[in-house]
This record gives sequence, structure tokens and C-alpha cells, in this order.
Amino acid sequence: MTDLIRYTAAETAAAIATGEVSAAEVTQAHLDRIDAVDKKVNAFLHVDTEGALAAARAVDAKRAKGEELGPLAGVPLALKDVFTTKGVPTTCGSKILEGWIPPYDATLTSRLKDAGVVILGKTNMDEFAMGSSTENSAYGATGNPWDLSRIPGGSGGGSAAALAAFEAPLAIGTDTGGSIRQPGAVTGTVGVKPTYGSVSRYGLVAFSSSLDQGGPCARTVLDAALLHEAIAGYDPMDSTSINAPVPAVVEAAKLRDVRGMRIGVVKEFAGEGYQAGVMQRFNESVELLRELGAEVVEVSCPSFTLALPAYYLIAPSEASSNLARFDAMRYGLRVGDDGTRSAEDVTALTREAGFGPEVKRRIILGTYALSSGYYDAYYGSAQKVRTLISRDFDAAFAGVDVLISPTTPTTAFPIGERADDPMAMYLADLCTIPSNLAGNAAMSLPCGLAPEDNLPVGLQIIAPAMADDRLYRVGGAVEAALNDKWGHPLLEEAPAL
Amino acid sequence: MPGITREEVAHLARLSRLELQAEELDHFAEQLDVIIGAVARVSEVAGQDVPPTSHPLPLTNVMRADEVRPSLTPDQALSGAPAAEEQRFRVPQILGED
Repeated sequence: MTDLIRYTAAETAAAIATGEVSAAEVTQAHLDRIDAVDKKVNAFLHVDTEGALAAARAVDAKRAKGEELGPLAGVPLALKDVFTTKGVPTTCGSKILEGWIPPYDATLTSRLKDAGVVILGKTNMDEFAMGSSTENSAYGATGNPWDLSRIPGGSGGGSAAALAAFEAPLAIGTDTGGSIRQPGAVTGTVGVKPTYGSVSRYGLVAFSSSLDQGGPCARTVLDAALLHEAIAGYDPMDSTSINAPVPAVVEAAKLRDVRGMRIGVVKEFAGEGYQAGVMQRFNESVELLRELGAEVVEVSCPSFTLALPAYYLIAPSEASSNLARFDAMRYGLRVGDDGTRSAEDVTALTREAGFGPEVKRRIILGTYALSSGYYDAYYGSAQKVRTLISRDFDAAFAGVDVLISPTTPTTAFPIGERADDPMAMYLADLCTIPSNLAGNAAMSLPCGLAPEDNLPVGLQIIAPAMADDRLYRVGGAVEAALNDKWGHPLLEEAPAL
Repeated sequence: MPGITREEVAHLARLSRLELQAEELDHFAEQLDVIIGAVARVSEVAGQDVPPTSHPLPLTNVMRADEVRPSLTPDQALSGAPAAEEQRFRVPQILGED
């Protein structure tokens, strides 16, 4: 039998549809893989063996009855532990939600189930999605399958590591400042932040509501597109859901033709702090796009240099408000309720015991930025920067179809290196944050290994809101050309676990 | 732009219902001072006549029809509660004894 864990999602679905393999066999192969390698990788917080096998058998039963199967029926998926799953633990990487079993499914979870996707389990993440390394999880760090002593990115490091370790062909992440794209970049996988409002946030535990966006993670551009179409679309349960058709991303991923497209290189994303090998692979990608028939020009977005400071005021401000819900009264941890303490004291003791350092830092920072004496200088100014960034994007997209940049300034750094240096950690999101502030669409895909450390480099593509199809058109063409050049997908070069 | 003091961090922690330990206060005060020093750059635009953006979508007051729909049962809604009694969340005392 061929190695089922190395199939793409598209190949897996086709093999199941034709009867070459059963969904149950595919699921079992992935559960076996998790069993074999996840002690080392620590991508999963919870593996739902029973639920996954039951979902797979349901797909097999449908097929046996001759019912039509969807394009991802029977394909296993690793779900970031920030989406609620009915009857299956959801912790958001936090002690404060340890043991919590949600009584309802997120809309995204329901859509996956309706599509026949097999949810293998829940993946590790920085606590409440705050971080760029997955070291902020209360349940231990996740290793990067390329080098287990290095970070897999964050906050969705578990989802990206599960893909790179061949524990699942598909995964779900959420991207508030880069938490899908940066893990994708440093693990040699594909990650997409769809247009804000195009994937429902109902049942996505909120970190920063005006920035959070769920999206697809995969090993190929086409697989990401198939997953994108399965999860995107209007949801009346999310008041910020966009009521418009989802762009035809699968069709775009298959085009593999960028002739005539205008592509802008963001001038501001280069220079000091950018690793030489990252810039080398990025510049080769620029040349490749020219060879493929795109017109590449340099574009300046001067306000992008203020994006990182604005983000680290806006996101903590919204977080300080959103995380007020963890009050030890209705769900989750409760500490110190010995009959003598007030509710307020129990809340404060519980939050002290249940939240990790990064979450506390951001709650305090957000509370500071929103306090009356500082509001105008900090939160107010950050909101103005947000307007300026949107204007820069508008001006850029008047002249080009997409923008490109490196996804991250460096490759994966060693676990522990930036763990207690918040500002150094925050720099990992330098290039990804502007798209969250503006709400547009962006993708990271692998564009090679940095020569100095043999670690993956990500190419970021940014498209205007609701033009997500352009990401897949460019990404699909670059991926095909690079695979031709290398003779195989990049992940073939990852060391055996 | 002024930095942040240990006393301010303690005050913010109280407002945020975080019972921080003494060593946490020292550590966070130092780190937050660095972070605030870095993010204070946004005030470069403070004087500019630019409208603020709070959200990427121009949505206001999104309503849904007021219809009876299926919802969680009381048991489901209370399933994660640290303490429950008579179909209600049981909480520590909220008002003082006197």
C-alpha cells in the first residue's frame, strides 16, 4: 500500500471516492502516525480517536450507499484548539479552560463535519492565540518538524507542525497578526488568512475581534483552496460575516498562469533585521514571477512601518475586553472559592492562576492603552494608523493586482531564544500584521530553504479584500514552477522524525 | 511619552482582576516599559487629521429576526459551570456581609 499519510488532501479525497482506500483506513493511518511521532512534535493537545473513526466510517457508509461525496469527504484534519467542538475539549492552550467541554460546535466545525472532513483532534497553540512560537501554550511547546529544537511559529504552531510532520494533510488556523501565515512560513507549509469576515467567527474563542480570522492550512495551494471553499461563506451567527459569494479559489489554484498580472514588491519589508537567506529566496521568487510572465514593480507603503506598534495597542486593547469573560463563574477554572472570599477575589485569584505571562502582559497593556489619560495618545493614534495602512493598500492596489514580501524576517528561531523578550518575539509578525489591520487577504507558501540554516522560507502574497482568488492564482503558479525546479515538493527535504 | 511604573502596573492589574505576585509586578513593569516605549511611536500621527478605523468592515447594528429558535438546554448551558444549583450558576458572595 502507498504511504497514505503522504497523499495530498485532493489525492486522498479522490482515492476515497474511487474506492482505492476507505476513509477509515486513511484515518487509521494518520492516527498511527500521530501515535508514532507526536510525543516528539507535540502538535496535538487532544486526539479524538473515537470521533475521527466514527466520522470516517460515516463517509464510507455514504459511499457504500452510492451517495455523492463532497470534495474533501474522508480527509483528516487537525483543528486549532481555539474553535469549539461539541463534546470534545477546547482549551485555547490555557489552564483557565482545562477540561472544558463545549456544549456547541463553532460554525467552522459544523461546516467541516458537513463536508465529511474527519477531525483528528485539537492542536497546540499559544495561549488564546497570543504569540509567535507556540511556547506560550500552557501545555508545553511544539517542535518544528524541520528541527525539533526550533519553534514551529505561532500562534498556530500545532496546526502547521501537524502538516509538516505528516500527521494530517489539512489543518485549521486563526490569524490575528500572522498566526496562520508565520507558522506556515517556518514549517514549509501553506497558510491563508482569508478576507476578514469571510470565514465565520462564531465559536472561535475571541482574542481581538476586529482582527481574528480563521483560515486554511495545508501542504499544497490546491488543498488550501479546497479547504477554503469548505469553510468560507456567510453565517448569520456572526454579525461581522460578509454576505457575498466566496471567490472561486479552487479554480484559481488550478490556473497556474500569472501572465499579465501586475505584482508589487513592498519596499518597506526589507533591510535591517531581515535574514540574508530569507531575502535571497524572496528575490529569487520575484525573478521567477517575472519569468512566468508577471509584471513586477516596486511599491512603497510608508505607513507599514507603524503597523507593528499599532497592532500591539489594538490587539491587547480588544483582548483585555474579550478576556474579561473568564471570570470563574460560568465555565472553566475556579480557584479560592472557600466560602470566605468574594466573587471579585475569586475572579482575580482564578485569572492569576489560570492565565500565563503573555496573556497577563497583554491584558495589562490593553487596559493601559484604553485608560482615560492615555486613550487618545495610544489607542486613538493606533486607530488612525489603521486608516493610513488601509489607504496605503488602496493606493498600492490601484496599480497592482497583488503585493508580495517575505512572510517573516527570519527562519524558525530556537525554542527559548525569544521566550522572555516580548519585543523580539513581536518582530516575527512584522510583515503579516498590515493585512489584519486592513482586513484583506494574504497567503504564505514555501519558496525554498535559507542556505545558511536549511530552514523553510515563506513567500507572502497579499490581495485586496474579497479578491482571495488572486492569492491562489499566484500561489498555484509559484508552487508549480518551484516543484518543477526542485523535482519534488519542499517538504520531501524535511528530515525523518 | 512617559514610561510605566510598578505602581501603575499594580493598579492596572487590579482593574483587570489579576492578583499578580510581587515578582510578577517587577518583571512585567520592566517589560511593559520597553513595550510601551516601542509602541509609543504611533503618537507620531496623533495630531494628523485622519479618521480612526475601529473595524475593517463598515457595519453598524447588524440585526437578526427576533424568532424563537432552538438553543442550549439548561443542563447544557450549565455543563461547564464550576458550581451550579437549581439550574443556576452558583457564585461566591457578591455583596459584603453587612
